[in-house]
This record gives sequence, structure tokens and C-alpha cells, in this order.
Amino acid sequence: MIAAAVAANATIHVPAIRYLAIMPVIILLGGAVLLLAAQSLVRRPLRLRFATVSTVVISLSAFGLAWWQWADVMDHGPYTTIAHAVVTDGFSVLVTVLVTSATVLFALVAEGYLAREGIEGGELHVLALVSASGAILMGQANDLVIVFLGLEILSIALYVLTAYNHKRTESGEAGLKYFVLGGFSSAVFVYGIALTYGATGTTNLAQIAGFLSRNVLVHDGVLLAGMSLLLVGFAFKVAAVPFHMWTPDVYQGAPSPVTGFMAAVAKAGGFAAFLRVFVSSFGVLRADWRPIVYVLAIVTLLLGAGLAVVQRDIKRMLAYSSINHAGFVLLGLQAASAAGVSAALYYLFAYAFMVIGSFAVVAVIGRSGDMEHDIASYRGLARHQPVLAFAFALLLLAQAGVPFTTGFLTKFQVVVASVDGHSVPLAVVAMGSAALAAFFYLRVTVLMYGPERAAEPVPAAAGGALFAPASELRTRLNAALLLEDVPAAPRVVAAATGRVPVPPLAALAIGICVLVTVVFGVFPAPLVDFAHKATLLFLP
Amino acid sequence: MLHLAYLMALLPLAGFAVLVAFGRRLGDPLAGWVGTVAVFGAFVVACIALGGLWNEPASARHFTENYFSWIAVGGLQVKVGLLLDPLSMTMCLFVTGVSALIHLYSIGYMKDDPEYSKFFIYLNLFVFSMVLLVLSDNLLVTFVGWEGVGVCSYFLVAFWHERDSAASAGKKAFVYNRIGDAGFLIAMFLIFSKLGTLDLPTIFAHRHALGGDATTAVALLLLLAATGKSAQIPLFNWLPDAMEGPTPVSALIHAATMVTAGVYLLCRMNSVLALTPDARWVVAVIGGVTAFVAATIASTQQDIKKVLAFSTVSQIGYMTLAVGTGAYIAAIFLMVAHAFYKALLFLGAGSIIHGLHDEQDLKRMGGLARVLPWTYATFLAAWLAIAGIPPLAGFWAKGDVLSNVFRKSPALWALGVVTAILTAYYMTRLFVLAFRGDQRWAHAVSGHAHEPLHECPWVMRIPLVVLAVASFAGGILDLPWVHTAGLSSWLGPVFGNSLFVDHEGAGLQTGLAVIDGVAAVVGLSVAWWAWRREWDRPALVPAFLQRVWYWDDFYDTVIGRPGQVLAKVAATAVDGRVIDGAVNGAATLVRKSASGVRRLQTGYVRNYALGIVLGLAAVVAFLLSRVWWS
Repeated sequence: MIAAAVAANATIHVPAIRYLAIMPVIILLGGAVLLLAAQSLVRRPLRLRFATVSTVVISLSAFGLAWWQWADVMDHGPYTTIAHAVVTDGFSVLVTVLVTSATVLFALVAEGYLAREGIEGGELHVLALVSASGAILMGQANDLVIVFLGLEILSIALYVLTAYNHKRTESGEAGLKYFVLGGFSSAVFVYGIALTYGATGTTNLAQIAGFLSRNVLVHDGVLLAGMSLLLVGFAFKVAAVPFHMWTPDVYQGAPSPVTGFMAAVAKAGGFAAFLRVFVSSFGVLRADWRPIVYVLAIVTLLLGAGLAVVQRDIKRMLAYSSINHAGFVLLGLQAASAAGVSAALYYLFAYAFMVIGSFAVVAVIGRSGDMEHDIASYRGLARHQPVLAFAFALLLLAQAGVPFTTGFLTKFQVVVASVDGHSVPLAVVAMGSAALAAFFYLRVTVLMYGPERAAEPVPAAAGGALFAPASELRTRLNAALLLEDVPAAPRVVAAATGRVPVPPLAALAIGICVLVTVVFGVFPAPLVDFAHKATLLFLP
Repeated sequence: MLHLAYLMALLPLAGFAVLVAFGRRLGDPLAGWVGTVAVFGAFVVACIALGGLWNEPASARHFTENYFSWIAVGGLQVKVGLLLDPLSMTMCLFVTGVSALIHLYSIGYMKDDPEYSKFFIYLNLFVFSMVLLVLSDNLLVTFVGWEGVGVCSYFLVAFWHERDSAASAGKKAFVYNRIGDAGFLIAMFLIFSKLGTLDLPTIFAHRHALGGDATTAVALLLLLAATGKSAQIPLFNWLPDAMEGPTPVSALIHAATMVTAGVYLLCRMNSVLALTPDARWVVAVIGGVTAFVAATIASTQQDIKKVLAFSTVSQIGYMTLAVGTGAYIAAIFLMVAHAFYKALLFLGAGSIIHGLHDEQDLKRMGGLARVLPWTYATFLAAWLAIAGIPPLAGFWAKGDVLSNVFRKSPALWALGVVTAILTAYYMTRLFVLAFRGDQRWAHAVSGHAHEPLHECPWVMRIPLVVLAVASFAGGILDLPWVHTAGLSSWLGPVFGNSLFVDHEGAGLQTGLAVIDGVAAVVGLSVAWWAWRREWDRPALVPAFLQRVWYWDDFYDTVIGRPGQVLAKVAATAVDGRVIDGAVNGAATLVRKSASGVRRLQTGYVRNYALGIVLGLAAVVAFLLSRVWWS
């Protein structure tokens, strides 16, 4: 014993590592490093197509490994490795699958965007790969320190990604805002880790849970303060009200493909760790934190939907819509049950495809300069580009929760989990907010399928008809959807055709997103089953 | 071989997909051939599957296969799979067989139609939905097929939607079917709430757990669904209007296949129906009354397709009557025989209409026997079959139904015999007015001098001949003396053999058969005598019957008008003030409060950070308050 202790003092004890567990992260990070090295070794800037292809290949191999992990977990059960700091369970694998698919889609969308904006690629792809590895790490973290590591890897890359379009001042401003506020919330988060360590003597998630179940703390002020700081740190990352204020500015300022990536990946990573830490580790204290999440969810749902209604900029609107979606995911967390976790995961997975597809359309419509984001730009889109308009309409309707899309089941499942968790009022508020949210999704859809110019007032037809004539109905619809004050599409007048070029790879990405959204909406079983099997290793 | 069964649904679906993608490019007539080959392939698969099922011992003819899980949410588990037993096999055989023939016929009939390929798209989709409806082993998937055939019916009735009457007939069919569908849905909800599953074999196994009242309710709701889809009282009057569709559609959907779906549904659920004698009485009475009422109306119609439409309603009434008496095998027997001769009648009528350039009025026909020899000869077989003249198919099938009804209720049996007389009467009337007597169609073809009245092309003749043979010889499926090898022993295991009392008494059986035959001859002779020379006899076509017992007018007054008034009130008072008021109020509230909150979004980082700090303070304060004040 003594000899062993001495030996341990002399050399650093290296814990056993199961490399399969961290292989996706290694591939993403290693690929990013290689890509960066290739970039600095060649004299001329790297070909955009090369960066795209290598990013897709790297992400796809991580994606394939994730399925290997899945088979492994299903056959041999979940496990922890590297001194219990990293866990591989169904939950983490689902997050990995989500993040890697999002990265592939991001690379596809980014190519056309970068080519159009005349921005050199390469670094963008490197940053995305690094950021993705951080999100995966957050899903796999079984230790608060690892959570923080993942959070920082994810965030720092995202700050730079946000500021990437140096030709737009908004991009730089958004990056700076995100960086300052992100740093602030990271500090809060680290302080939370410190207090939790002080109260429990460990940062390992399983050990925290074990400690809490063994000891009843009488005056657990330190622990509760630590927990609330952690909660705030997560709430910032997933954009829950009132920690959401960076979201509209950053979503609007960031390059459109990056916004989609951020909405999918940062939210997934943040929520993954949020769910694991609070359901697994602080499961014993659920009576303490569930009311907080309850209130957070309500204000997030209502404010997200309400503020989205009054937005004219599509990216800001989608930003508030993403806040609203975060409120729905909080419903799954608030339920604090296995069903809630699986519903939240399903939500994040389905939402990733909807939001990346939506922002891909936004990136395309934004035209050269990435500036055409007034919803007026969508007026009459269906006439020129019926396929693009149809795809966007589908993605928006899916976000609104229309049946036969994945969007319906996402909302359905979190609401069911919430009702089963005896939070009926919360479920009612959520459904109300969904109705409110339907408004702004429909508003854009109606604009796309309406005429190109703002409707002129039509004289009312002679009375006596049972139903109002179509023209009057249209006027009333316009009034109801606040469309009168939306001017005609700006470029339509100038350009004879009004067509926006759609890069082929972006079209592919949008197509994949629509396909996933619709196919798993009509045949929900495989994806629902996936989310059901993606359980947490530790459930109190 | 049974594992191929899914191809019965998949082949028409593939045809549909190909036609959607390339239909326009394939054009006339290649698109029609693609559709026909797909459905004919499905028929071949059905024959192969029949061989497979036949080789099993009688008790083991029950094949289920699961393909994939469709919906798995909470307690609702819906798997897509098929249930192949003698009942669904029989349905599949005649559905795909008759469909293939009618597809072939349509190649000629729809020639030169501007929407040629679209017609076959709908037709293939229809066959797919129908096979899905029949084969599914889950009520929800059956419902998908049920709605699928309804939608195709709607599209095809309104196929020539430029015509106002066609468009409104499509709408009428749609609305009437929705009422029935509501019954189907509520029945499913009820079953699910009681048994927690929609899987058919499980429902059958646990049917006793439904409880008495729920069973009766389910049976009656399914009956409502059947009255909608199968055009029975009180939802029968969409079917005559549906004749606005192209004639092959009338033959396929509104005579042979879709309209029998309601009867099929009741047969499929026979083990549930068996538990509720009360509901079965309702089924029987509705069937009997519908058969009679529709037959009286058919006796007075002038439009050749309307006569056939009411005849279809009447014949399905017989099937419903049979189901109500528990004689499911007789119902299926009549359904198959009816599919043969009614499809043939419609196709023959289509051939006449085709030849006379869209003339459908019996008053302007007559003497067609010489000009349309093929149509005449085949129509002759169908006429005698439906009239119930031995030894054609109709005699045996109808006789089977009536002898079963006699055991249940002599009163309903008497009604059935009267209906049989009427059937022979109206069919003879139609036959005589169309094919015998003077040629009254001179002006119908006068405008088409370059294209004189002609017999149809061979693609349309082949289906006529095949169906004529089937109508003539269809009775051998189930002759009363050789039950051991016929439809009865084949279908027996599905319905529990006890339901069919085989031989109650040879004497009684023969007596009933003689009465059927006499009834047919009486009706036939009366009509022959009345209509042979005279084609316009107002005394024999009272307005009461011609106007469908004022049934439509009744609905119009009792439901239509008040409905319109209600809609007006709702549109102006309720929608305008209450709903719009609430919506606009909510919208204003959201707008106002949102613009208030919006002011917090200053764009300054320091303000945002302040938001985080305040939020943090609130969270910490809340948690610590729980520590110190708990």
C-alpha cells in the first residue's frame, strides 16, 4: 500500500481510457488541426471546395463512429471512462449524432455563402469543427470540470464564428457582445462549480448525486447557491429568459449559416449538460430547482413568442422563436423524469434540422451582403421560387408544430411529459405560446404565398353574399397578420425575375432538413424510438 | 409465397409513383398501360398468395406480418402489417382483378382526355388505398386506406371539375362520407379507450373486455361509417350524384369496390358484432329498408347511370341485410357476384355513352342491340344475372342471402323478395329501353357525322367479355348443394362456422329458391310487357319516386337551410364580434406588452449583463429563502 502510494506520488497516474468513447471528439479536433495545418502550409488560400469536403468527411466519420458507439452501448450497456470523467450512454450518443449531422449541414450551407460573400473559408470550418467537439464533450461530460471544458471549447469558437464576416459591422459587434456576456456567464458558472465542490467535496456528477442521496444537508446554503449559479450559466447558454438578451443581437449579427449552426449545436450542447447535471446529479434536490425552471420556462415561452410577433427582421424573429423553443425544452427538464429527458432530446434533435434548414433559406434569401432580412424580402417568393418557398414553409410550419412534421411530436412529447409531471398549468401556457408562435410562422408563409406588392385596398363587393368575397378575406387576413405595414419586396422591382440563386450544396442541405422533418413526421417511430433508448446512465 | 403479399399494395403504389413522376411524358396511351400493368401485377400476386393460403390447412389460414412501427407514442403503438385470411384474400382477389379489367377498359374510354395521365394516377392510388384498407391488421391503418379511397373517390367524381355539377357532386360525396368517417373515428377512440390497442387480432382476442354498452356503441358507430361509405340510409344520396365521374370510375369505385368497403368493415369486425344482437337488428333493418327504397327509386330514373347507381345502393342493402342476419358469407358472396355484374353493367353503359357521344338519357336510346352487338351480348348476361334468373351468379348469391334472412325474420325476407321483384323490373326496364324498341338517338349522333355510332375498341371489349363470363358462371363459387368446397368452407373459419346453418331442410331451401326464381320472372315479365313498345309512361314514374322520396329536399330543408342561417349568424355575429374580438384583443395585448418589453432590449451589453445579474439574484434569493424560511 505504502509503496503504491509512493509510486503514485512519483509518477502521474494515467487513468484507463476507452478510446472509442472519445473518438468522435478526437476526430473532430484532429481533423480541425489537420485542416488548419494544411491551410498554413500552402501558399495560396485554401480552395473552398477542399475545406467543405474535408469538413463533411471529418464530420461524417465522427457521425459513423457515433453509430458504432450506439451499437456498443446497446449491446454492452453504457460506461464511464477516464476516471469516470467522461460517460458514453445513449444520451451522449444522440447528442453526438445531432452535433455531427449539424456540422455536415453547416458545411454544406456555408460553402455557397462564403463564395457569394467573397470570404475566405478554411478557418470557418476549423472553428465549426472545434465548436462541435465542445458540444459533444458537453453531452459526454460526467464531471463539472469537463462540462466547463466543453462549454468553453464550444463557446470560444462560436464567438469567433459570430464575428467571422468582417465585411459586416453587425457581425463584429455581435461577436463582441456574445464574447463579453459569454465570459460573464462562464465566470458565474465556474463560481457555481466551486461552490458545489465546496458543499459536496467532488465535481464528479455521479459522486455529487451519491453524496446528496447519502447526506441530508440541513443548512445547505452553499450547495443551493452553487446550484443556482450553475443553473444561470446553463440558462444563459440555452437562451432562457431573462438570460436571453444576447440572443436576438447575436443571431441577427452572426453570418446566417453560423446562426443556424449556433441555434442547433449550442442549444443541444447546453441542454445536454443542463439535463445531465440537473436530472442526474441534482435529482435529489429537484423539489428545489423544479419551481425555478417552472418559472423560467413560463417567461421564456411567453416572452419568446410574444417578442417574435413584433419583429420585422427574420433573423431576430427566428432568434425569439428559438427562445420560445428553449422554453419548450425546459418543459422536458422541468418534468425531471426519464420521459422528460427523452422528450427534450427528441425536441433538440428535430429542432436542429428545422432551424439549420430555416437559416439556410435565410442565408440564401439574404442575398449578397447578407442584409436582406426584412420579412418583406419574402413577399411573393412562391411565385419565383416555388420549391424554395415550399421548403421554407414546411420548415416554418414544422416549427409551429403542425402534424405530419417532426415539429408536432416534439411539442406533443414535452407537453405529455410535463402533464405527467403534474405541471398542468405549465403545459397549458406552453400550448398557448405555441398558438401565439404559430402567428409569426404563418405570417411569413402567407407573405411568401401572397402577391409581390402590398395589397391595395379592394372596394367591398355588393352585399348579399353568404361569405365575404376573396378580396375582402385577403384584406382581413392582411390586417390580422399585420401585413399592411410590410412593404413590397425591395429587389423585385429592380430585378426583372426576382430569382435568388440557390447554391446546389445549400439546396442539398435544405432538402435533407425538409426530408428529415417530413419523413420522421409521417413515420415517427424510428426517431422516437431513438430518443427513448437514449437514456442517461444515472437516473436517481 | 405469402410473404409476397405486400406487393399487392406496393405495385399499385409504384405505378402511382411512376405516373406522378413521368405520367405526362408517357402520355396517351402509355400512361394508361403503365397503370394497368401495375394493377394487373397486383392481381397476379393476389393469385400467388391465394395459392399459398390454399395450401395451408383450413384452421391455419391466418397469416400476419409486421413491416414497421409507424407510430409509437406513449400508449399508442401502431404497427404497419398485414392480415391475410380468407376474407381479406377474397376481397383482394376481386378488387385487384376487377380493377385490372377496368384499368384496361379506361385506356380506351379516356382516350383523348386532356388529363389522361392524371386519371390513371388517381386510379392507381385508389387501388393502393383499397388494398391497404383490406389487408391492414390495424384499425388506424385501415382508416388511412378508408380515407385514401374516399379522397380518390372525391378527386375522380370531380374529375371533370370544370362542370359545376361534377364539382358539387364531389363535394357532396365528400361531406356525406365525412359524417360516416366521424363514426369510424369515434368507434376507434372507444375501442382504444377500452382496450388500449387498435390492433385487429388483439381486439378480436379481447372483445369481451369491451363491455356490453361499448360493444353496441362500437357496432352502431361502425354501421354509421358503413352507411357513409357504402351509401346506405340515411347517407345514401351521395352515390347517385357521384355518377358525374367518368364511367369507369363509377364501375370501379362506385359499384364494385369502394362502396363495398363499409360491408367489408362490418364483416371484418364480425366477432365484435356477434356480441351485440341489438345492433345487428339495426344493421339488418337498415339494409333491408335501403334495398327496398333504392329499388323503388331505380324503377323510375331516366338517366341510365342513375338507375345503376340506385341499383348499387339496393344491392349493397342486401349485403348489409345479410351482415345484420349474421350471414357474412352470403354477404361476401353477393359482394363478389355484384362486383362482376355491376361492373359489367357500368362498363356496358359506358360503352353506350361512349358510342352515343355522352348521351345518358334512356329516352334517347333504344334499338341499340343491332349497332352495339358486343355490348348487347355482354349486357344481356349482366341483366339476367342481376335480375336473379337461374343459373346466373345473381340468382345463387341473392338466394343465399334471402334464405338466411328467412331464418332471422320472415318480415325482412318478404321485403327482400319484393325488392327482388323490383330489381328484375327496373333492370328489364333499362335493358328494354336501351337495346330494344325504336332507335331514338338520331339527334344525339347527328352532330358527329364524321364519327358514326360505333362499337367500342377491343381494349374495352375484353373486360366486357371477361366480366360477362364471370357474371354468368360466378354462381359456382358457392352452389347450395356443394358447400363443402365452395366459398362457405373457405370463409367459414373467419366467421366461426356456427354462424352459417348449412342445411336446415332441403325442402325449405328448394322452396325459397323457387320463390326467388318466380319473383325474378314476375318482375322481368311485367317490365317487358310494360316497356317493350312504350318508352314514355308517366304513370309508372311518379314524381315521389323520381325525386328520391324527396330525400334531398328533406335534407335541404331540415339541415341545409338552418345550416346556412347558422353559418350566416356565426359569420357575422359570432365570428365578427366574439372571435375576432377575442383574437384582436389578444393580438393588441401581445403587441402592446411586447413593445413595452422590447424597450429593455437596448443593444447595450451593460444592460444585458444587468439582466443576467438580476435574474441570478432572483434565483439565489428564491433558493436561499427556502433554506432559511423552511
